[in-house]
Amino acid sequence: MGEALLEVKGLKKHFPIKGGILSKTVNTVKAVDGLNFIVEEGETLGLVGESGCGKSTTGRVLLRLLEATEGEVIFNNQNIFDLGKREMRSLRREMQMIFQDPYASLNPRMTVGDIIGEAMAIHGLAKGKDKERKVRELLEKVGLTAQQMRRYPHEFSGGQRQRIGIARALAVDPKIIICDEPVSALDVSIQAQVINLMEDLQEELGLTYIFIAHDLSVVKHISDRVAVMYLGKMVELADKEELYSNSQHPYTKALLSAIPLADPTANREKIILEGDVPSPINPPSGCSFHPRCPFAKDICSQEEPEFVDRGNGHFVACHLDPEEI
Amino acid sequence: MDKQNQELEIYSPWRDAWRRLKKNKMAMVGLGVIGLLVIIAIFAPYIAPHDPLKVDLMNSLQPPSDEFPLGTDRLGRGIFSRIIYGARISLRVGLITQSIALVIGITLGALAGYYGGWVDEIISYLINVFLAFPFLLFAIAIMATLGPGINNVFLALAIVSWPGLARIVRGQVMSIREEEYVEAVKSLGANDVRIIFKHLIPNCMAPIIVTVTLGVASAILSEAGLSFLGLGAQPPTPSWGLMLSGGRSFIRSNPGMMIYPGLAIMITVLGLNLFGDGLRDVLDPNMKDN
Repeated sequence: MGEALLEVKGLKKHFPIKGGILSKTVNTVKAVDGLNFIVEEGETLGLVGESGCGKSTTGRVLLRLLEATEGEVIFNNQNIFDLGKREMRSLRREMQMIFQDPYASLNPRMTVGDIIGEAMAIHGLAKGKDKERKVRELLEKVGLTAQQMRRYPHEFSGGQRQRIGIARALAVDPKIIICDEPVSALDVSIQAQVINLMEDLQEELGLTYIFIAHDLSVVKHISDRVAVMYLGKMVELADKEELYSNSQHPYTKALLSAIPLADPTANREKIILEGDVPSPINPPSGCSFHPRCPFAKDICSQEEPEFVDRGNGHFVACHLDPEEI
Repeated sequence: MDKQNQELEIYSPWRDAWRRLKKNKMAMVGLGVIGLLVIIAIFAPYIAPHDPLKVDLMNSLQPPSDEFPLGTDRLGRGIFSRIIYGARISLRVGLITQSIALVIGITLGALAGYYGGWVDEIISYLINVFLAFPFLLFAIAIMATLGPGINNVFLALAIVSWPGLARIVRGQVMSIREEEYVEAVKSLGANDVRIIFKHLIPNCMAPIIVTVTLGVASAILSEAGLSFLGLGAQPPTPSWGLMLSGGRSFIRSNPGMMIYPGLAIMITVLGLNLFGDGLRDVLDPNMKDN
């Protein structure tokens, strides 16, 4: 793998809960609570976890669509949280996002050509005929036809709309694209097409992806490395093969055991987790997974486990010995 | 040839709305009335048989005749001609007041909805204060302060109509700014001006158009009311409200002096309201139950 393109250090995003007549901050939702990871150039980093674990928030904080509470994101040797408005604008060319809901992420009052062209207009990349030509090229690149540039989003299907979203992200020649569950709103057959398109584009343009999803099979297909999040924290991060064959965190094991298998005769042990995800307002003490962990020991409720490398870039945040689980 | 076919198939959200609007009979009747009114106003000098201002005491208080289709008033001016020219005044009132209200309402509403926080607090407070007064009473109070005259009518009616618009725009903008497509242009690096003018306002056009159409009707009615009370247009302006007021003393002997301007007001306002209601059914998704 290549060099580190993006480095995240101690990233936190807390949402204040205001209450009372003076709107004092009575509490905070710790949506993202201390993330440390590196994204390497040209790789796809999968980010998985159940609903509400902070994956989408992480994506938005990385793009500064939400301001982080704490931490650093180093991109191009600079902390993007230190950049002023203008510097951030030019940086946005290099970091783009593909959104989850293809029905909500395109302005219904603009033609597809305007939507894609706007990205170029904002950064002054192309004008007039030149812009139109580039829009045509992009549409063809994502598997649509150039004639479709005069149409409005409501005339397209979900999969086609997601292709338009991809074309818009590509319009500014980004280095890294954060994909926020880009296929979870699509039919399974369409999912495969869009995923394949994304893989082809990555190869052709040398893109780096952060792929946020809750579908482990999709993540397994597209990612090089996979990170598992639980309650705003990363619990495990490893190469795809390593993670899927040798997971060391009990939460990852439970998640993996829940992937449906195509073989109905396969016999395997499913780990069924008890209880619900705790509230991110008052996360449990120590390891936030301990109330649901079938192997929890005394130390788990007292001390927060560190996110350490157990060799070969396999990071785990767990007190337990892998032999015990 | 091929290109032309492509062109024909494409339809924008507006064209789609127009297709549905065409099926609404009452709205089409309303649109017909509005269209007729606009034509009358533009071609008034060619349609009206007489000068609406020319006093002709020899012919005062005439019953309807070939020369004066709806009779004449106390000063011998043709009521028909005055009603034709009155359409100009009424349409001007409707369009000018709503244009001023539109600019103020959209600007303040969009600012409040987009920025929130203290900007919203101040603007919302202002809106609430203005909305707390009864509509016509407030207009009367403003006219009493500014003094009568048609230009002050524009101002007074714009002042009373912007808060309703601003409130609608504010609410719309607040919900649309959370849409993913707004987040998408933000992530592309768009500035606030672009987001507000290219993305937020075009997407709240539907309720704005409905409100403005109904607002035009309400402004025409209010102008007639103000002029009737002597606070609006001044004689000899051929304003429908003023004509009503002038016919008051002749209601028994010459009821046409009140009936015809009254009908003109009624038909105009009815047409605008029918069209506005039809637009609402087509454009406002909250009402799209049937």
